Amino acid sequence: MAESTPPLALCWQKDIRIAEFTNNKILDDARISEIGQTLDLLVDEAASPKLLLDFSNVDHLSSAALGMLINTNNKIKQKNGQLRLSDIRPQIMEVFVITKLNRLFKILPTRKDALASFQ
Amino acid sequence: MNAVRDGDVRMALAGTKPARSDGNSRDLLDVRIDSDFAAGHALQEQILSRLTGLGFTPDSVFAVRLALHEALINAIKHGNRLDPVKKVHVKAVLTPARAHIIVEDEGPGFDRKIIPDPTRGENLEKCSGRGILLIESYMDKAKWTRHGRRLTMVKRNVQEPLPPR
Repeated sequence: MAESTPPLALCWQKDIRIAEFTNNKILDDARISEIGQTLDLLVDEAASPKLLLDFSNVDHLSSAALGMLINTNNKIKQKNGQLRLSDIRPQIMEVFVITKLNRLFKILPTRKDALASFQ
Repeated sequence: MNAVRDGDVRMALAGTKPARSDGNSRDLLDVRIDSDFAAGHALQEQILSRLTGLGFTPDSVFAVRLALHEALINAIKHGNRLDPVKKVHVKAVLTPARAHIIVEDEGPGFDRKIIPDPTRGENLEKCSGRGILLIESYMDKAKWTRHGRRLTMVKRNVQEPLPPR
C-alpha cells in the first residue's frame, strides 16, 4: 500500500524538527502506522528531541491517530524532549477537547507561536 | 476484490426507497460487509455521500464520519477480529432530519460499563480506548445491545441558524 506522497513533510528550524501532515485524513490503520514509524525515527534521531507537528491540512482524525500521537508524546517525554502541536482546525480541536487531550499536549495556535514556545 | 465489495454496497443503496421531492426523502440501507477495512471504508463513504445529498450540514457529516469510522473499526477489528468468515451487518435509515445507523458484528461482544473513562487523569496517556467516547460524544444517541455486539446510533442533522434579517 505504498503512497506516492509521504504522510509527513519534514524540515528543520534551528534545532526543532517540524513535521507537517500532508493528508487531510489521518484515519486508516496503515497510514497511521506509517506516520507513527516516521515519528519514532524523529524521536530517535535527537538526544532530547524538539518536535513540532503542524495540523494545517488535517480535517479528519480517528481515535487510533490520537493513540499514535500519545505514543509519540510518551516517547519524547522519556527523553526529556518537547512536543508541540499547531494549526489545529476548530473541528479537530473539539476532538482534543472532548478527549481532554488538550490538557496532555501543548497546543499552540500557529507554527510561529509553537516555534517560539520551545525552551 | 474491493471493486466487488464497493459494487455490493452500491447495489444495496440502489435498492433503497426512492427519494421524494416533498422534503420527506428517505434512504434505507441493509448490507453485510466483510471484516476488512477497505469494505468498511467503502460503506462509510457511501453513507456519508447519501447524507450530504440529503442536506446534512458539514458539522453533522463530520460527526457521523467520526462516529461511523470508530464503529466500523470496532466491529471489524475488535469485534470480528478481521475474521474473513464473519460479517459486519449495517442497517441505516437516512433522512434529511436524521441518520439512524445500526452496526452489528459477530464477535464475542463486550460490556460497555467496564470500559474505563479515557479522560480520567490516570488514563490520559494510554494509547487506546477513545473510540467509544467519540461515538457517544458526537452522536445524539449511542446504545450497545446484544452483549455489546450491536451498536445503535442516531445523529440529528443540526441546521445552521438562519442569518438575522
